[in-house]
Amino acid sequence: MFQSEGVTASAPNPDLLRRLAAVVPPGRVLEGAAPLAAYESDGLTAFQATPLAVVVPETQDEVIALVRFCAAEKLPFVARGSGTSLSGGSLPFAGGIVIALNRLNKILRLDPAQRIAVVEPGVINLAVTAAAQPHGLHYAPDPSSQSICTIGGNVAFNAGGAHCLKYGMTSNHVLGLKAVLATGEVVEFGGASREQIGPDWTGLFVGNEGLFGIALEITLQLLPRAEMFHTVLAGYRTLEQAGDAVTAIVASGLLPGAIEIMDALALEAAVAAVHADYPPGCEAVLIVELEGPREVVAVDRGRLDAILAASKPVEVRPARDAAERLAIWKGRKSAFSAVGRLSPDFIVQDGVVPRRRLGEALRKINAWSREMGVRCANVFHAGDGNLHPLILYDGREPGALHRAEELAGKILRMCIEMGGSITGEHGVGMEKREYLPAMFGPEEIACMKRLRAAFDPHGIANPGKMFPVDGAPALSQHGLHSLEKAGVISRE
Amino acid sequence: MTSLTPSTLAELADAVRSSPRVIAVGAGTKPRLSQVADEFVRISTAKLRGIVEYEPSEFTFTALAGTPLAEIVAALGERGQYLPFDPILAEAGATLGGTIAAGLSGPGRWRFGGLRDFILGVQFVDGEGRLLRLGGKVVKNAAGFDVPKFFVGSAGRFGVMAEITFKVFPRPAALRTLRLDAVDDAAKLALLTAAANTRWELDALDAAVDQPAVFARVGGPPAALDAIVAEILGKFPGVEPARAEADRFWRGIAEFRWAHANGTLAKLALTPAQVPEFNAWLRAQTDARGWVSGGGNVGYVSLPAGARLAHSRWPGVTLRGDGPLWLGPKPRFEIMRTVKAALDPENRFPSLDE
Ligand SMILES: Cc1cc2nc3c(=O)[nH]c(=O)nc-3n(C[C@H](O)[C@H](O)[C@H](O)COP(=O)(O)OP(=O)(O)OC[C@H]3O[C@@H](n4cnc5c(N)ncnc54)[C@H](O)[C@@H]3O)c2cc1C
Repeated sequence: MFQSEGVTASAPNPDLLRRLAAVVPPGRVLEGAAPLAAYESDGLTAFQATPLAVVVPETQDEVIALVRFCAAEKLPFVARGSGTSLSGGSLPFAGGIVIALNRLNKILRLDPAQRIAVVEPGVINLAVTAAAQPHGLHYAPDPSSQSICTIGGNVAFNAGGAHCLKYGMTSNHVLGLKAVLATGEVVEFGGASREQIGPDWTGLFVGNEGLFGIALEITLQLLPRAEMFHTVLAGYRTLEQAGDAVTAIVASGLLPGAIEIMDALALEAAVAAVHADYPPGCEAVLIVELEGPREVVAVDRGRLDAILAASKPVEVRPARDAAERLAIWKGRKSAFSAVGRLSPDFIVQDGVVPRRRLGEALRKINAWSREMGVRCANVFHAGDGNLHPLILYDGREPGALHRAEELAGKILRMCIEMGGSITGEHGVGMEKREYLPAMFGPEEIACMKRLRAAFDPHGIANPGKMFPVDGAPALSQHGLHSLEKAGVISRE
Repeated sequence: MTSLTPSTLAELADAVRSSPRVIAVGAGTKPRLSQVADEFVRISTAKLRGIVEYEPSEFTFTALAGTPLAEIVAALGERGQYLPFDPILAEAGATLGGTIAAGLSGPGRWRFGGLRDFILGVQFVDGEGRLLRLGGKVVKNAAGFDVPKFFVGSAGRFGVMAEITFKVFPRPAALRTLRLDAVDDAAKLALLTAAANTRWELDALDAAVDQPAVFARVGGPPAALDAIVAEILGKFPGVEPARAEADRFWRGIAEFRWAHANGTLAKLALTPAQVPEFNAWLRAQTDARGWVSGGGNVGYVSLPAGARLAHSRWPGVTLRGDGPLWLGPKPRFEIMRTVKAALDPENRFPSLDE
């Protein structure tokens, strides 16, 4: 249980529950142990909290009424999409309510001529692309959880994916939104135009981690699907050589859609899990994907081939058809869940270093890993310096968790020291709130708290997240999300 | 009217604290943004100039707010990189800070997005004189609220920018420009819509108001562009101007050479479907000129000196000349007041509608 911002968990109050139930039509409020258990945690499974109630509204007006009720009662609420946050973003607040948005799942408008979609927050990320596909369009942000996570959750966490260097994050694709703020005020920012007038309120709202209010309607831009892809897998003796190849690609002026690296442990896991096939004797594999009009890809491909040939690879394997491309991505996307299967427990980290320091960062991680006797696999978005180290341990072994957390902490501090970030895409949430002060000074944090208070003077929207709380324990992710265990999703 | 010209960040913070009312000014290329009462002390960013960090391998640079765009464009160009949104009014002397405050992106915004899509971090002085740094210096960062984006288009109402970090991209090796025929407004709309969803990945897509033409630009390796250009011209009749002429043309657009010399200039946010209506509205006004950019998402209006744009159906901002700062529908919510109070509790900077 955790507390903050003056909001305190109180004992269930039957009168409060009765009044809450009166705000929405019958059947919307879930109470009692069994239904609530499903909402006790999110992708950060180590932490659980039991909410007072879970409410599943079906209309925007019901959400507005609920937030206004919470504002009047100073009752904490946590908005929830699919609960896949890896940083504890949708962990309930004990004694507060969860507002589950999955039933607000309508695509309200899809306009192929203007290339926009207006969606409710519970719409699944992949459903937007599925709806856009018949028109030759797609929704660019593609977190690995895209088959299950919601646009509302993506907006709250400014979700990324494998194509961020070229296409940006969620924020770069949200043109406007309607939201009910924690004060109960309903606002509309931006709109269908790709141009903004006045301060970028939409931009400020995206990435608020659920601390400002609840997004009710989101206007997304859609992009034409690339005509052609060219995907290459290159194996290297050392991680450093793979890193040098990335530097050479970037310096050449090419702008690939994706540049990814997997290290030896990740490769071993992918082989075991999905029978991925990699060149033998490699300590690292680089995946580069070019995309665009066929004539452009044809020229860029020649340049990429030359750069790769000069980068001392063990072997270079271009995908010859769509099936081979899919196989390359299958190995890549399965890597994390696959590594997770090598070990009873693991911690996933998400940090960013300047790209030119990738090699140095990986050397440090490997050295620490050896010194501390803690196994660590690396799979990452090399194009934008976004590391995802996966730290393996066995929770039954005394001190193992502690050592794993120590390594995770060292990695995050290294990211900051190198001038990077404590999170590239998973957000601060519960997990990294104690690290926020390592990245921002007290004045900056105070400024962000004032902004938060402007949107939420009572501190009722997702309290306890993002900002450090005195004396709270450092938290981390342990083990696979239940959906990964079931094979429904995999992570990057 | 008092004016201060700090030359260090500490002096900038002092300048903000020095008076109960202040506003930042850059090179004055969008004077309407800082046209406020005389009681406001003008803080010029003229001496806060220079690129602080430029790391081509990171695709990022950090520069002081008063740095002229031209300096940045030149430095990036030397390393084969660019700001893909085609910074506006660079030749006129526009500064980086002023461009962000005005929220101006050029025709190149079409391909990869506008200025808001490339800003990564900002250091600014808030209304209480604190120097704060939010956002990050790397191309990917999800820590903290996205205050850098909020400064885009904020017209100096929430803080004075000191230093800004941007993402940049490698510049395409070649650009080709096409002038496509569009006999009337309906044809322009049809062309804008059709060209927006093709395999070509156009770099820019603008339309004239007073000529029967849509202008498309495509970028990439030179060897790839012949076939693409031929295909475009096969689908949409038109001509390809000579390269020098095309360069001059786009510079003219980025510098508003088509607009009245000392007149009123405003930017409006449109949707492509509204372009015919925008064009008709513009032609109905005496002596008005206009331009459509960003695939039909941006409309510019120019009026001769002395004329003012009183109404607009579309939300907009006046960049120079007379008339209200904000045009058309401008929803005002309570949150806008409380956010202002959070960043500038004593209202040292002008309020949004001041
Ligand atoms: C296997 C796996 C792979 C992943 N891969 C990636 C990846 O590649 N890139 C990436 O960025 N992330 C990834 N994630 C993290 C996660 O999927 C994203 O953060 C996602 O955006 C969360 O969406 P959700 O619907 O599950 O939101 P939830 O977890 O339910 O909620 C996340 C946050 O959003 C808030 N919220 C939800 N809906 C709203 C709303 N309508 N209005 C306001 N706030 C709201 C919640 O309060 C909470 O703070 C991965 C997660 C898993 C489990």
